[in-house]
Amino acid sequence: MHHELWNDAAGGFHPVSAPDFLPESQLREVQLRRMKAVVTRAYEKVPLFRQRLEKRGLTPESIQGLADIARLPFTVKTDLRDTYPFGLFASPMADVVRLHASSGTTGKPIVVAYTREDVEVWAEVMTRTFAACGLHRGDIVQNAFGYGLFTGGLGAHYGAETLGATVIPISGGNTDRQIMVLRDFGVTAICATPSYFMHLAEKAMEMGVDLKAMPLRVGVFGAEPWTDAMRARIEADTGIKAFDIYGLSEIIGPGVASECSQHDGLHVFEDHFYPEIIDPDTGEVLPDGSEGELVLTTLSKKAMPMIRYRTRDITAILPERCGCGRTIRRIRRIGRRSDDMFIIRGVNVYPSQVEAALLNVEGTLPHYQIILSRDQGLDQMTVEVEVTPEVFSDKVRALEEVRARLAHAIEHILGIRVGLRLVGPHSIQRSEGKAKRVIDKRNES
Amino acid sequence: MKLPQLSVFLENRPGSLMEPLKVLAAADINLVSISLADTEQFGILRLVLKDWEYAKSVLEKDGWVVNVTDVVAVDVDDQPGGLVKMLAVLAEAGINIEYMYAFALRRNVKAVLLFRFEDPDAAIEALEKAGIGVIQEAELY
Repeated sequence: MHHELWNDAAGGFHPVSAPDFLPESQLREVQLRRMKAVVTRAYEKVPLFRQRLEKRGLTPESIQGLADIARLPFTVKTDLRDTYPFGLFASPMADVVRLHASSGTTGKPIVVAYTREDVEVWAEVMTRTFAACGLHRGDIVQNAFGYGLFTGGLGAHYGAETLGATVIPISGGNTDRQIMVLRDFGVTAICATPSYFMHLAEKAMEMGVDLKAMPLRVGVFGAEPWTDAMRARIEADTGIKAFDIYGLSEIIGPGVASECSQHDGLHVFEDHFYPEIIDPDTGEVLPDGSEGELVLTTLSKKAMPMIRYRTRDITAILPERCGCGRTIRRIRRIGRRSDDMFIIRGVNVYPSQVEAALLNVEGTLPHYQIILSRDQGLDQMTVEVEVTPEVFSDKVRALEEVRARLAHAIEHILGIRVGLRLVGPHSIQRSEGKAKRVIDKRNES
Repeated sequence: MKLPQLSVFLENRPGSLMEPLKVLAAADINLVSISLADTEQFGILRLVLKDWEYAKSVLEKDGWVVNVTDVVAVDVDDQPGGLVKMLAVLAEAGINIEYMYAFALRRNVKAVLLFRFEDPDAAIEALEKAGIGVIQEAELY
C-alpha cells in the first residue's frame, strides 16, 4: 500500500481515507447504487424536481447506468433562490440538525440543510481532505475560515477534529490576534482563503514575525480561485506547502475536492459527489479531459439532495491516474468561474487572467483591483496595483517602466487596452473573506 | 561624500504629501532637504535627513514604501557660470545625471545642489579632481 495512507503521526493508517483508493469498478458500483437512491429520494420528496422529471416523462427508474444522469434536468442557483428558504429540502425539519446560508450578493441568500448523517458525511470528506493535505493527529490547525452561516468554518472544524488534530476555532478577521496565535500556539497548519492568508503573511512580516521560523508547514486554502503563481509566492514567502481545496455550500461546503501531495489537480470525493463536465452554452456532457462547466450531483445527501447542480466553475476532469495512488478522479484547479467573468468591449475577461499577468512581472504582490467604468459611452478597465518595496524606485522613469510593464503584461493576455495605476501600499481594501477583485461602476450615474 | 536619500511613494491626491511628513513630525524628525517629483498619477517624495535609518523605520512601520539611494551634495560657486563650470566637468567625465534639486544650507547661507548620479563614486572623483567641493555629511546636518 502507498506510504501516503499512513497519515497518522504514530504511523497508523487513517481508515477514513480508504474510499479514495477504491478499485474503479467498486467505486462505480457505489456511485450507481447511491445515484439511484438520491434520484429516488429527490423525486419523492422535492416537488420541483418531481415536476421537472414528470414534464420530461422520466422516473427514478430512468437511471440504469451512471451515464443516464445526463437525461436529468440541471439545478441552478436561482432554483435555490426561487424556493427560498426551505423549498428544496427533502427532509422534515425534525430531521434537519443544521442550516447554513450563503451571503447573497443580490437579493435573498440561499439556505442549505443537513441531517445528522449529512453532517457526518461532511466531516468525513473534510477529514479525507486534511489527510490528502498531509495532516494528521498531533497537528495544530488554526481555522481562519469564517464560522457562522458560511460553511467554511464549521466544515473545516469538524473535519480537523475527526482527523484527531487540535483545532483552534479562531474564525476570520482580527489579523493581529491571528498572528499572535500562530506564533504562540505552535500552529502547524492554517485554513483560510488564500487572499486572507497573503494579507496575514504580509502583516506578520511587517510585525517582524518570521513565518519561516515557525512550525507552520501546511496551508489549506479555498473559497476563491487562486493561481499557481500565487501559490509559488505564498510558499516562497512563508515556507509552507499550500494546498487548494474546493467546495460549495449548495453541495455540502468545503470537502467536495482536494489536492494531494502531487499538487496536480483536486481529487473529487466522487463516492459522495458525482462530477460531470458540460458545455456551458449547450448543456451537453463533455468527455473527460475537456474543459467546461463543472456539474455536481450529491450522491448521499439526505436533507438537500442536489441533482446536476451547475457550479459555474470552469475546469476539466483529469482522466489519468494520480501519482498519489488515489483512484478517485481529479479536476483541474479552478482558474475561473463563468459568473466571475465580465465582458468589456466584447472581450470576456476573468480576474484570474489579470492576476496571472501581474504575477508574471517579477516582484509584484497581487494586491490589485479591477475598476470598470464608462467614459462617454466607452467601457474602460483600470487595474490598480499597490506599489511594493521590490518595484519602488526613487526614479520616475523606473516607476513608469514598472507601470508600463504591468500594463503590457495584462494587455498581452487580454488583447485590449487597459489603464494601470500604481497606488500606495494598503490603499486597496483588504478582505477577510473572499477578495473583492472587481468594482463595476459602469452602470452608476 | 555620498548622502543617503529616502524616497517615498505618494499617490497623486490631496493630502498625500502631508501624511508621511506628519509621521516624521510626530517622531520629532527634522528634514535637511525635501523635493517632490510628480507625474499625472503618482509622486515621489525625496528626503535628506540626519537620522535617516530611524526615519525609514518610522515610515515603514506606518505602512509607507521607502527606498534608500545615494545622492551627492555639491557646493556650487554662487556667480554667473558657476553651475555651467561644474556641469562641464561632469560632461567631460561622461557622467550621467538622473535628476537634481537645490536647497539652501542655513548655516552658511549658501546654495547646495543635490545630484542623483548613475555612478556617484565616479562623479565625486571627477568633481574633486576639478577642485569642486563636495559637501560632507557633518556640514549638512
